[in-house]
Amino acid sequence: MRWRTTLAVSFSAVILASACAQPGTTGTSSAPSPSAAGSAAAFKRGDGGELKILYWQAPTILNPHQATGTKDSDSSRLAVEPLASWGPDAKPIANALAKEIPTVANGGVSADFTTVTWKLKDGLKWSDGSAVTADDVAFTFSLIKDPASAATTEDNTEGVKSVVAKDASTVVLTYDAPNPNFYQWGVGTCCGILQKKQFADFTGAKLKDAPGNLKPIGTGPYQVDTFKPGDVVTYTINPNFRDPNKPFFKTVNFKGGGDAESSARAAFQTGDVDYAWNLQVTAGVLKPMIDSSTKGKMLTVYGSSVERILINFSDPNAPGDQRGEPTTKHPFFNGADGLTVRKALALATDRKTVAQQFYGNGLSGKPGCNIITGIPEFESTATQSFCDSFDVTAAAKMLDDAGWKLGADGVRAKGGVKLNILYQTTVNAVRQNTQALMKTNWEKAGFKVELKSVPAGTFFTNTSPDGANHFWSDIEMFTNNSDPDPTSYLNGWTTKQIAQKSNNWQTGNYNRYSNAEFDGIIDQLRKETDPAKRATLVKKANDILILDVVIIPIVTRTQVTSGISSTLKGVVPTGWDSEMYAIQDWYK
Amino acid sequence: MGRYIARRLLIAIPTIIVISFVVYAILALAPTDPLSQFGADPRVPPEVRARIREALGLNDPWPIRYVKWVSALARGDFGTSFMSHSSVMDLIGQRLPNTLAVVGVAYVIGVILAVPIGMISAVRRYSFFDHFATTFAFVGFSVPTFFTGLLLIIVFSINLRWFPFIYDSTLQIHDVNSFIDQVKQSIMPITVLALFDTATIARYTRAEMLEHLPLDYVRTARSKGLREQVVVLRHVLRNSLIPVVTLVALGVPAVFGGAIVTEQIFRVPGIGELLVRSIGDGDTPVVAAILLIFAVLVVLFNLIADVLYAVLDPRIKYT
Amino acid sequence: MAAPATEMTKSNVLVGTITRPPRSLWKDAWWQFRRHRLAMIALGTLLLLVAFTLIGPLLYHTPIDTIDFTQALKGPSAAHPFGTDDLGRDILARAMFGGRVSIAVGITAVLLAITLGTSIGALAGFFGRLDNPLMRFTDLFLSLPILPLLLVIIYLFRDSLRAAFGPELGIFLMIVGVIGVLTWMPVARLVRASFLSLKQKEFVEAARSIGARDRRIIVKHILPNVLSPVLVAATIGVGGAILTESTLSFLGLGFPPDVPTWGRILFDARNYLDIAPHWAIFPGLCIFLTVLSINFIGDGLTDALNPRKTS
Repeated sequence: MRWRTTLAVSFSAVILASACAQPGTTGTSSAPSPSAAGSAAAFKRGDGGELKILYWQAPTILNPHQATGTKDSDSSRLAVEPLASWGPDAKPIANALAKEIPTVANGGVSADFTTVTWKLKDGLKWSDGSAVTADDVAFTFSLIKDPASAATTEDNTEGVKSVVAKDASTVVLTYDAPNPNFYQWGVGTCCGILQKKQFADFTGAKLKDAPGNLKPIGTGPYQVDTFKPGDVVTYTINPNFRDPNKPFFKTVNFKGGGDAESSARAAFQTGDVDYAWNLQVTAGVLKPMIDSSTKGKMLTVYGSSVERILINFSDPNAPGDQRGEPTTKHPFFNGADGLTVRKALALATDRKTVAQQFYGNGLSGKPGCNIITGIPEFESTATQSFCDSFDVTAAAKMLDDAGWKLGADGVRAKGGVKLNILYQTTVNAVRQNTQALMKTNWEKAGFKVELKSVPAGTFFTNTSPDGANHFWSDIEMFTNNSDPDPTSYLNGWTTKQIAQKSNNWQTGNYNRYSNAEFDGIIDQLRKETDPAKRATLVKKANDILILDVVIIPIVTRTQVTSGISSTLKGVVPTGWDSEMYAIQDWYK
Repeated sequence: MGRYIARRLLIAIPTIIVISFVVYAILALAPTDPLSQFGADPRVPPEVRARIREALGLNDPWPIRYVKWVSALARGDFGTSFMSHSSVMDLIGQRLPNTLAVVGVAYVIGVILAVPIGMISAVRRYSFFDHFATTFAFVGFSVPTFFTGLLLIIVFSINLRWFPFIYDSTLQIHDVNSFIDQVKQSIMPITVLALFDTATIARYTRAEMLEHLPLDYVRTARSKGLREQVVVLRHVLRNSLIPVVTLVALGVPAVFGGAIVTEQIFRVPGIGELLVRSIGDGDTPVVAAILLIFAVLVVLFNLIADVLYAVLDPRIKYT
Repeated sequence: MAAPATEMTKSNVLVGTITRPPRSLWKDAWWQFRRHRLAMIALGTLLLLVAFTLIGPLLYHTPIDTIDFTQALKGPSAAHPFGTDDLGRDILARAMFGGRVSIAVGITAVLLAITLGTSIGALAGFFGRLDNPLMRFTDLFLSLPILPLLLVIIYLFRDSLRAAFGPELGIFLMIVGVIGVLTWMPVARLVRASFLSLKQKEFVEAARSIGARDRRIIVKHILPNVLSPVLVAATIGVGGAILTESTLSFLGLGFPPDVPTWGRILFDARNYLDIAPHWAIFPGLCIFLTVLSINFIGDGLTDALNPRKTS
């Protein structure tokens, strides 16, 4: 049923293991710690002026539990904080409401992994001056869990039996069943804590009418001053913020709109903004801007984002109701020699050039070999040689040897079936360039490629025939990313998750891939508690997807690809949480 | 004329109702989706999406949603946005000043400049002025606005550092300095838009005046000893204004809903930007409300244009 | 003895008129057009541009989609007269190939819009009882939201068009149809306004008094006089159609991304304006020249068809 329930030892157990191995730490991040432990203050509160942030999608709502995208969860993070954040190495850090990260070692997590006890920091206050209590945490949880609220962050509450206030500053979270992924609820963008007083009258279906959606009261370093949805949010310092020496900037102007290229110009060429988010700009434009810039520098960090090509195992051209149904088989990707054809396609895929030319080879992406990436324990090496090989001639020969002969029109065919590919992705300059490059190579190998680009609003929906879910094309390309624990992510390729007409194409297995062995591995993964065994299972699942050529990873993209002012300091990016997770530490 | 106006106003009501129905049908049938923002994110599984859809009222068939929408309208409730859950009227209210300040001003400047330019071009046909104006006009509408906008940004913001290129909608005008700031931040988008507007209207003015200048009544007027200026301004111009009136009437509703590209490039939070983004997000209440206002403006201004025709040309009679 | 002056005798005059063969309106117009120097230059330029796109690829053999990163973003040179784009593709070849689509879309869509607009405007302006319903119909179309309408049309028709006419022709028909069907309204309003005004004039009354029927009055008498706004609309419309097509492409609703229409090349080039301006200048120039020449042709036509200008 759910992806993160029951007996599953996630990477958190890995943390445990590594924590036990390291001298007396609580498994917190070893990177330059942004935790507010009274570090030697390089500044005092309010020393700075205005911080200008620019997103090319504007925030539309400031309640993280009604967020419709990163822009909303990021902009709300300045005011509304969770119990803890995910640090740069995918381990939680206590830079928010929690005093410390609960672990089995410090007794915060019960030995049977069913109970987690969070202690709140002392003297925490809301921005309106009232005290933060465990009641607020319990209230937030029940608000999210209530199906009538239609909270967008509801998924993380699956499998959580209760969240109760033991006393004014202690929260006890209990899972239905032992859950090694014990940070499932409480850490990160899923779990911003709202003030009970502000939302008490707006539970259930009334949540969407709450004025707190547009001006939430929070514990974060800033409080919302004005908010024009779809345009700009202005913030002022939260006078009741727990660290009296932070934050540095007096006000924040969080503006949205426009596109990534002009955001890059604002950061690098005019210095009009201090933080320009997600510069998904092709390297040919970005690199010269960065190189010649005196005002800005690039901030990147890798996470789990992979730009990948999905292969359709069903027939996207089957007539009528059968179109794209799992009962049909793709004529050449899922035929008798389907693996050969898929391998040939993968062999003719030049990911190095894409990474080099469009992602600046390390600027905003590197060649991608795995679908599960970003966490060393889970990084498979078995796919490396497969990944490194790019040989169009060999691919052509592979097809030729298998009986796919070149026709007079330059397209290979066998038994009346032609290798015609319809290749779809969203409207995006980098993606269109990638398509052009792929087309050139694949056509040299004997495929015929027709390109299609779809606006993002109609691509990422299950109601559109042009959408990724319907997958009425032969291959499609987009990016997705995963949580630190990849179980739910991998679940997206199991048989039960096949998207089809009967479930309105809502589930995650767009490829219509069905492999009993893979299903078995995921079932095991849900139950496996031993960290080493888990890592093996994850790698095995990854290898199946890559070596069976269900997906072709092209580029591992940076999770954070932002342009910041050269004078901005103290920014430590993480690939696993909001980019605004430690904004109280920024200074100039 | 009074009866005609009354009749037209009466007919306007069913017209707008029919238009709103057709528009709502198109919006409902278009394959956009408020949940597309979540992409393929596995953290928002189908059950959650289904619940969100239910909460937004999207599970009702669209004719029922249309009826609900109309009855809410009758109570003065324009609905709430799917994305921000704030009142649609509030959203439009926040954006109207920006649209008027940029797109509206550009349009007014466009009309004010275009008529004299067109006039002089017609009177001094094929002179240097005419050629220059023609070429300028053609640059105006053969180059897309995203291009002119970007060019201006590169020249004036990045190279010369004269103007900011991110529009600050929180700027309040309360003294000369802030007024100058407002001018600085809006001059580029206004130029881009005014270029297009001026070009179009000037061409039509010129063409229509060229039609009228050789006519007999002009010769008569001249032979009566009237100064050329009077002839042109009082006689020819007035008769040439009919197509201009048509275009201006068509253009005003467009001020309200257009300038999409320019608003996006300069990050002017206007109604055009709201409209396009809401369409992409499948935010039907916002789109339906804006389009309804747009339809009302279209019907209203076409009526005003028709009345003006009768004023400008007394021979025009409406049956 | 002085040479005898040609006497203006009756017979002389008669002979003078008889020896000139009778000319039709169109031949007359063409003769008048030829005297308009700028229009002739413009006609020449337009024909040159059309030849550039149609015949050019036959003479210039560089392919449009050869990717070569070593040649990326190079300015005009002997090997690449228009320079190359960010993938190293030759811009001249792409401009020639894409120009066919751009010009075809521009002209066809405008013809459709003008035909629709003029017919509806004429009927509305001439027949009082048709005025109201037709103008309300126009109001409806003016209020339609282009983007969702496009999405619906594409959703409904793209696959059947693609199946019936093949991918290229199918999309071409769809785009031309969409632009034509969404831009006829201003033309209709303008034509109607002219008709309302001209309908009251004496020559119409005169035509009616000799028994001319409605259709003849509309087509032969009034229509030639409303040409001037229609022609302006046409000239502006061509540029507009070419650019609308590019807007459609970048929204993902038009031609596939690898069809290098002029508007599309401009769109791809926009972020390289400060790095590689040549990429945008050439297609921009092509659009500009096309629109400019159509404008001057329109000017020439207006003069040529204007009965008062015959010498």
